[in-house]
Amino acid sequence: MTRLLLWTVAVLLSPCGWSGAAWAGAPYPADRLGSPMWEAHARTLFGDDPVRFDPRVRVLFPQIAENQRSFPVVVDARGVGRVERMLIFADLNPIPVAIDYRPAGADPYVATRIKLDQRTPVRGAVRLSSGEWLVSGGWIDAAGGGCSAPPVSRVKGDWAEHLGEIRGGAWPMAGGTSRLRLTLRHPMDTGFVANIATYHIDRLTVADARGETLGEMDIWASVAEDPAITILPHAQAGAPLAVSARDTNGRIYAAKIMVARQSPFPSGGEAP
Amino acid sequence: MTIGRRQVLAGLFGALPMAAAAADSAYAIKPVAVADGIWMIHGADEPMLFSNGGAIANIAIIATPVGTVLTDAGPSIRYGRALKTVAEQLTRQPVVRVYVTHLHPDHGMGIAAFDPAIVAALPGTIADMKRDGSGFSDALYRLLGDWMRGTDVVLPGRSIDQAAEDFGDRRLRLLALAGHSAADLALLDERTGTLIAGDLLFLDRAPSTPTADLDRWRESLSTLATLPHKAAIPGHGPLDPTGQKAIDQTRDWIDWLDRTLRQAASSGLDMVEAGDLPIPSRFADMAAARYELQRSVSHLYPALEAELLPRVDVKAE
Repeated sequence: MTRLLLWTVAVLLSPCGWSGAAWAGAPYPADRLGSPMWEAHARTLFGDDPVRFDPRVRVLFPQIAENQRSFPVVVDARGVGRVERMLIFADLNPIPVAIDYRPAGADPYVATRIKLDQRTPVRGAVRLSSGEWLVSGGWIDAAGGGCSAPPVSRVKGDWAEHLGEIRGGAWPMAGGTSRLRLTLRHPMDTGFVANIATYHIDRLTVADARGETLGEMDIWASVAEDPAITILPHAQAGAPLAVSARDTNGRIYAAKIMVARQSPFPSGGEAP
Repeated sequence: MTIGRRQVLAGLFGALPMAAAAADSAYAIKPVAVADGIWMIHGADEPMLFSNGGAIANIAIIATPVGTVLTDAGPSIRYGRALKTVAEQLTRQPVVRVYVTHLHPDHGMGIAAFDPAIVAALPGTIADMKRDGSGFSDALYRLLGDWMRGTDVVLPGRSIDQAAEDFGDRRLRLLALAGHSAADLALLDERTGTLIAGDLLFLDRAPSTPTADLDRWRESLSTLATLPHKAAIPGHGPLDPTGQKAIDQTRDWIDWLDRTLRQAASSGLDMVEAGDLPIPSRFADMAAARYELQRSVSHLYPALEAELLPRVDVKAE
């Protein structure tokens, strides 16, 4: 009896034993958002990894989805420890994941615009180097059809003339980090519009002058037309950044950006 | 597991608690006399919500010797019918003219309650309503549910091509302006000097920009500022007895919005960050300010980024 008790205590106190016993095939934490898709997505995205809801992962978006084709979302996981991966996903979108980002040499922060096909939870999930996933997010109401309406540039007919145009800039922030803002012209076709096949940017990489990857991401067609992306790579004022992107037709796009000498904000590069 | 699913379903239906309850809701339409023979109905200074039935736009009722004139007709046929009843009781004269100031559905969907032959709008407004009417209708049905029952998209039957319209000895000047939308009608009642400005003017309620051209809007505000008017009825917000405060405040907001979003885009801020920027204290009492700022970011930001951020693409190696 005593030996059994000691053994139990040992298992409870041992981090490995505890997590192995608790997580192998165990259910995910109950979803605070009550989403009908939570468990299905958790199984696909997180597998057997430990998962926990944590409001320190800040998922920020406007109070209204004014345009269901282009809804801005920020996931800010600064201050939770070392982050290896960041996901942005919307439970009830037909293409749930928008971005899967690995901030190898960057602060764990990513902003983009996504499509919304209906009222849905919008979430950020970050994987710590411990293997644990931290998840946060909220519901947003939206008119339907963000994923199944033709892109504006397809209706206008000028998408090919501007394909691959990249605009952007980079500005220094406190602590050797910079803010990199990019907008790329691309129709980001979902494949849900009649006679327009899936066609979207699927990979974006940012590297420093020596070719070291600072951040890279997989991108899905649920990212809005003409993707706009912010990341915070570790790069000093004056440092060059090399951006490379690829679309599902294998087309390669590239951009070169120098981090500006000065921040536009007095508060060390943070937005006021 | 069964219980879990029930809870989930309850949660989903819980989001739509009022759809059934509102089947017989009626609009409370309370005209307030603002000048000799002119009444204003002050819409809710809120976003369009199920709880207000979409009745957020201001409406004007004008008594004339030949009948009652309305400016704007609300969001739904139910509103339009109630408005007609209230206006005709007030003036004891039938409605003979309904002006629609611009294309937006909080002002125009209610014309479904009237004979299109008496409904007048600028040609640009009629063209815009033809293009966007069914989209607006879908959006309002989704948002307002039963409040919209029976409302069809109806186009104004009369295109305004004259600078004034006479109703017996009461003359209404018709000003064809633009900026809040591609065609904005403002009316000046020559007898009392009352300006009915449509959504070119907002007061103590943040201006909305889904179809705005800020430069043209500023030009229209300059035109309004030179008119010999007294009080002004803005499209949203309370009566402006001075007639100038709403002009100044609307200009102040769109100037601030333009400047702030330009600075944000050229500093590399994301749309979420731009929508969370501080709103100056002078706008602290303005209703729906954060809501409209975030909407305006959605309307204006992509074009500002395209204008202000430099091209950085190079030939792929």
